[in-house]
Amino acid sequence: MSVLETRWHGRGGMGTVTSTELLARAAISQGIYSQSFPSFGPERRGAPVQAFLRISDEPIRIRTNVYEPDMVIIVDPLLMQTQDMTVGLKPGGKILINTTKSLEEMKKRFDNWQVAVVNAKKIALETIKLPITNTALMGAFVKFTGAVELSFVEEQIKERFGSKAGGNLEAMYRAIEEVQIG
Amino acid sequence: MAKELTWEDISRGGIIDEPGNFKVNRTGDWRTLRPEVDREKCNSCGLCWLHCPDGAIDVKEDKFEINYYYCKGCGICVKMCAKKCITLVEEEE
Amino acid sequence: MGKRVALEASIAAAEAVKMVDCDFVSAYPITPQTHIPEMISEMVANGELNAACLTVESEHSAMSSCLGAAATGCRTFTATAGQGLELMHEAVWIASAHRYPIVMAVCNRAMSAPLSVWGDHSDVMSVRDVGWIQIFTNNAQEVFDLTVWAFRCGEDPRVLLPVMVNLDGFTLSHVTESLLLPDEKEVKEFLPPLQLPNALHPDKPTTHGAFGLPNIYSEMRIAQEIHLRKSKEFIIETLNEFGDKFGRYYKPVETYKAEGKKTLLMTMGSFSETAKIIIDELEAAGESVGLVYPRLWRPFPFEELYAAVKDADNLIVFDRSISYGGQGGPLASEVKSALYGKEKAPKVASIVGGLGGRDVSVEQFRQIIEKGKEIAENGSEELYETVGIRGTVSGIRG
Repeated sequence: MSVLETRWHGRGGMGTVTSTELLARAAISQGIYSQSFPSFGPERRGAPVQAFLRISDEPIRIRTNVYEPDMVIIVDPLLMQTQDMTVGLKPGGKILINTTKSLEEMKKRFDNWQVAVVNAKKIALETIKLPITNTALMGAFVKFTGAVELSFVEEQIKERFGSKAGGNLEAMYRAIEEVQIG
Repeated sequence: MAKELTWEDISRGGIIDEPGNFKVNRTGDWRTLRPEVDREKCNSCGLCWLHCPDGAIDVKEDKFEINYYYCKGCGICVKMCAKKCITLVEEEE
Repeated sequence: MGKRVALEASIAAAEAVKMVDCDFVSAYPITPQTHIPEMISEMVANGELNAACLTVESEHSAMSSCLGAAATGCRTFTATAGQGLELMHEAVWIASAHRYPIVMAVCNRAMSAPLSVWGDHSDVMSVRDVGWIQIFTNNAQEVFDLTVWAFRCGEDPRVLLPVMVNLDGFTLSHVTESLLLPDEKEVKEFLPPLQLPNALHPDKPTTHGAFGLPNIYSEMRIAQEIHLRKSKEFIIETLNEFGDKFGRYYKPVETYKAEGKKTLLMTMGSFSETAKIIIDELEAAGESVGLVYPRLWRPFPFEELYAAVKDADNLIVFDRSISYGGQGGPLASEVKSALYGKEKAPKVASIVGGLGGRDVSVEQFRQIIEKGKEIAENGSEELYETVGIRGTVSGIRG
């Protein structure tokens, strides 16, 4: 009975917390178990935030923050300059990065772990016309981990974004196509 | 009365379900000064009744009478009387 | 039949308030409770819930207005946390003295100072004595279930007492997880309409909140106290009724693999779920350890607690708050006092941690159990010990 523990690094207003929530909802409607919560604090836009997502086939009993994630998702690559994103990341764990840099470069930088890159910002600007990368990253996440079935994630995006679902779904599909997994 | 109630007698949440049950309390006993009306001068304007904070002035057939069972002797009626026909006198023992 | 949904625990509480068809809600927003009144006011605004939603200027006014609404026989709800609970403190006393069946969700939050929006139990521990029924939840399912139950129990004509439903701030209130949401129809069937005797009404005047001279105050307070204690019977009855209706049974004191164990760990609130993980690990390694997690806090479940712990050698009580200058861990001190004089009782060790949003990891629970066993074996000069606090904590003498 293993729990996939993931930690997402972004800035307030980028939809980091929403990603984890929608993925949790998708997992739960799929019939498996999930827990999502933000790193708590007086929230404000622009401030670095972390969000946590756990997915498991069995009920999840642990209720602490995620200290030893199996996977880290970097929503805002600029955060890499000031923080060590890999704190606690299990050896051999996964890192998914929203970046304009190449897979090779990122693999060199994070050589202890399995790396995937996707230019989510470009995808977002071209699909939803906003630099909000969360739905693109959700697609990349599904491709990279297979932890949740795509159809359930689609459902959540449709429900959450209503009339704006179209662009967001496109972002998700494009990220699935374009994510490069090392 | 309260002295006789046991804890078992207490109503739920101490709610008093008999409205106005304070009316047995003879607040007139609290007086040291007593308002007296000069009936000759009184024109039944009703200002005393209107301003009595305790509702201790009764209306009896267009006449306004002080209810000494309740009147605490605050003197507001004396102040408000249009005819200045009420005076405060010392309560006798 | 219900359906499995993903909800944040705060939203689950709001759903419960909606399904019971609450009449009156007055709550002042305070982190980490904010999602509850926000969601409720959304539900009222879009017509999902037909309730009067009163926005007030402080928690003191929130509880005071709840007192007024409850006095007229409205099904009443509020929610708060931390400083908010303290700000309404004087009004909280009145709710229980008047026996209004108000339901309040408390997203347990640390008290200032320093200013903390994060979770611990210091807020609820400061209202131990006020006379409310108080219960702790451990996950989103329980938050929903026990909020629904709170109305049923508090409003029961044999009870008529306010009920505090506690959920850990952030670590439970802000977590989205799965739960089974019953049909609204089933919830409405479970809850008969509220009939408050002597409710305020112009046609039948009554006096609520009269002056209590020294010649009557004691009798009034003892009446309240004895009633609160007697209500335990109906608390258990209505919890069983809930189980019969919805299939989930809740007990005043819950246990996990505790039967016949030498060492027991005791926790309250959502950290109990994390603790279960270490119990499993230790059991697999052949150790005799179990978990007892009290759910009912007031009226204190003396009988059930004793039954759960009496056969163990050691009881390690973990507290998420401190009674400064006093006994240390409030739960530990109440447990010790409950066991006082009993012929057969475990040795009790008190460990404090998890203050102001500090997590206690599975590994730290292991350390707590080890330390507790050591204390039980060798005794300790310390009244209580701590976990996860930097620096040496010592010199706390009992």
